[in-house]
Amino acid sequence: MADPRTLDTTKHIVDRYDAVAGALPGGALPWLAERRQAGIEHFKAQGLPTRKLEEWKYTSLDELRRVPFEPAKPVANGISTGTLPTLVGAEHRLVFVNGHLRQDLCAICMPPEGATISSLGHALATVPALVEAHLGSARGDEDAPFTALNDAFLTDGLFLHLKPGVDLNSVIEVIHVSVGQSGPVFQHPRNLIVAEDGAHATVLEHYIGFGQSPTLANAATEVVLGEGAGVRHCKVQAEAPEAFHIAMLEARLAKNASFDSFYFASGAKLSRNEIRVLLDGEGADCRLFGAYMMKDRQHADHTTFIDHAKPRTTSREVYKGVLDDKARAVFQGQILVRPDAQQIEGHQLNRTILLSDGAEIDIKPELKIFADDVKCSHGATAGELDGEALFYLRSRGIPETEARGLLVEAFLQEVIDGIAMSGLREPLGARVARWMGTRPALAGGTE
Amino acid sequence: MLEIKNLHATVDGKEILKGLDLHIRAGEVHAIMGPNGSGKSTLSYVLAGREGYEVTEGSVTYKGKNLLDFDPEERAGEGVFLAFQYPVEIPGVASTTFLKHALNAVLRYRGEEELDAMEFVKMLREKTKSLGIADDMLKRPVNVGYSGGEKKRNEMLQMAVLEPSFAVLDETDSGLDIDALKVVAAGVNSLRAPDRAMLVITHYQRLLDYIVPDHVHVLAGGRIVRSGGKELALELEKTGYAEFADAAA
Repeated sequence: MADPRTLDTTKHIVDRYDAVAGALPGGALPWLAERRQAGIEHFKAQGLPTRKLEEWKYTSLDELRRVPFEPAKPVANGISTGTLPTLVGAEHRLVFVNGHLRQDLCAICMPPEGATISSLGHALATVPALVEAHLGSARGDEDAPFTALNDAFLTDGLFLHLKPGVDLNSVIEVIHVSVGQSGPVFQHPRNLIVAEDGAHATVLEHYIGFGQSPTLANAATEVVLGEGAGVRHCKVQAEAPEAFHIAMLEARLAKNASFDSFYFASGAKLSRNEIRVLLDGEGADCRLFGAYMMKDRQHADHTTFIDHAKPRTTSREVYKGVLDDKARAVFQGQILVRPDAQQIEGHQLNRTILLSDGAEIDIKPELKIFADDVKCSHGATAGELDGEALFYLRSRGIPETEARGLLVEAFLQEVIDGIAMSGLREPLGARVARWMGTRPALAGGTE
Repeated sequence: MLEIKNLHATVDGKEILKGLDLHIRAGEVHAIMGPNGSGKSTLSYVLAGREGYEVTEGSVTYKGKNLLDFDPEERAGEGVFLAFQYPVEIPGVASTTFLKHALNAVLRYRGEEELDAMEFVKMLREKTKSLGIADDMLKRPVNVGYSGGEKKRNEMLQMAVLEPSFAVLDETDSGLDIDALKVVAAGVNSLRAPDRAMLVITHYQRLLDYIVPDHVHVLAGGRIVRSGGKELALELEKTGYAEFADAAA
């Protein structure tokens, strides 16, 4: 193992790539090998981002930089369906442990005609041309080092392809599990969701973790939406306390497509969840909602970028967070309205409750508007719990802890109630209550 | 029931109550009247235990216990209730949820059995009916978008649900039309009982036509400057508070 004190992180990671590259999936596909190579070259040139970069100004990776991660190996035992928390009774479930598919934990019901639900690894082996046609196609013109790294190490994840008009009524749940092994490990999950014209899907991505030693999940999800297509996406990040979680979600929407995203987070020591949406056709609409709760010394970064590239596109964004102890959060919300993209509506709201003096939030809304017929707004608030409301509840006999819990639940429930997957409202509300200590955990692995 | 002796209290370092004495026995209804700024609301907040209202001298004994030792939630458990002059809006918390949390917390404090969902709904239905409260109101978040009358009725409902031994009604009449006032007063009167006492704080005599007090006190300059029977309220209605301006100085 490398000595953390003298660790040249970039070199360390590149060396690990060289060691495992030959064994990565899709080795026989020249286009994929090229992409991997381009990814690692790109990463080599940039290295891990530092706070000198504007988009990483509020999130330091110094701690992550010191960890000598090894590529995670498959875990064959120790995890059973019973130990996996499940949030909805999903019809289709794919489980990846340390980036590797665990067939024994998956359940895929017969998908309707025109729908392909499988692991990306399986798709690379069976329908490589379909993967080639879409992998990377949601990518904008940015060059993010972590996505480059994901390109290089890409192992497995969800592959969902819906032919035009296919409406998948049932929820697809993807569970990515990070398990700390004898030393720190990293994995690079990759999910690809393609809804062709008029197709509809609902996907739940769930990240959890076990173990004491550090893990890094460097996840990338791409969502490609054809004309009039709709994807409802929910991600729950509940990684272990020693975990690092870096994720990029990129969505590209054609005309009249709609993308609905909900991000719910309470886990990981350090997390960054970045969402980039390209509204690439007239009438495309996206909603980005988020709710998060952080405590101790957790650091949670939420960075979003909405690109109104075409006229009559709309976006709405609401992120709400609760921070306790010495937790820190970041919200960077960029809205770009390109020249000639007229009749745009883009609204952004960020609200944070700070439960302790040591908690902190950095908020950076950024509206770049180059068209004139535009309705855009942003608002941000950060403050303590409403003292008057707290006293009112206590004066009715409700103990302080319970009163604080009620107010925090109410605060987050407002955004949770906006979640498109209505079946998640109740279990996520229960998680808030549990986090606040107002309601005890229910027995068993499910809730 | 309640004995206040030489109570001094400050808000933001400014002394508002300057030696207040008051003795309320079980079964009695007392009214405190007084001009704006005389310390009426300060008294109610001190009794409920609001942060920032600091008692610098004197004592408040409730059922033989030092009331000032208790946190606000403990006071509620002990049976003290404050009907707020300005009920607080709590977005996202439905009134029913709030009432259930409150009642069960108080029952827990008193060592009594909590109500299950069925029992609670049944009990609530009875109480809302007598106060003329629509079920629909209870589904909405606490006080959010309520009219002035609805807010005050909601206060009365909370009181009816929690069944306190000692209730303070802080300007419960403010912002009410005469019909709402009658409903609220009827609600209060229905709770009058030999083992229960009430302190009605008001600026106007009007409310006391409907909630007839046993004793009336005039609060001015942070002290009780005059006490009498219910006829004192009528007298004040005619003369106003001008004569007490001197007493307060």
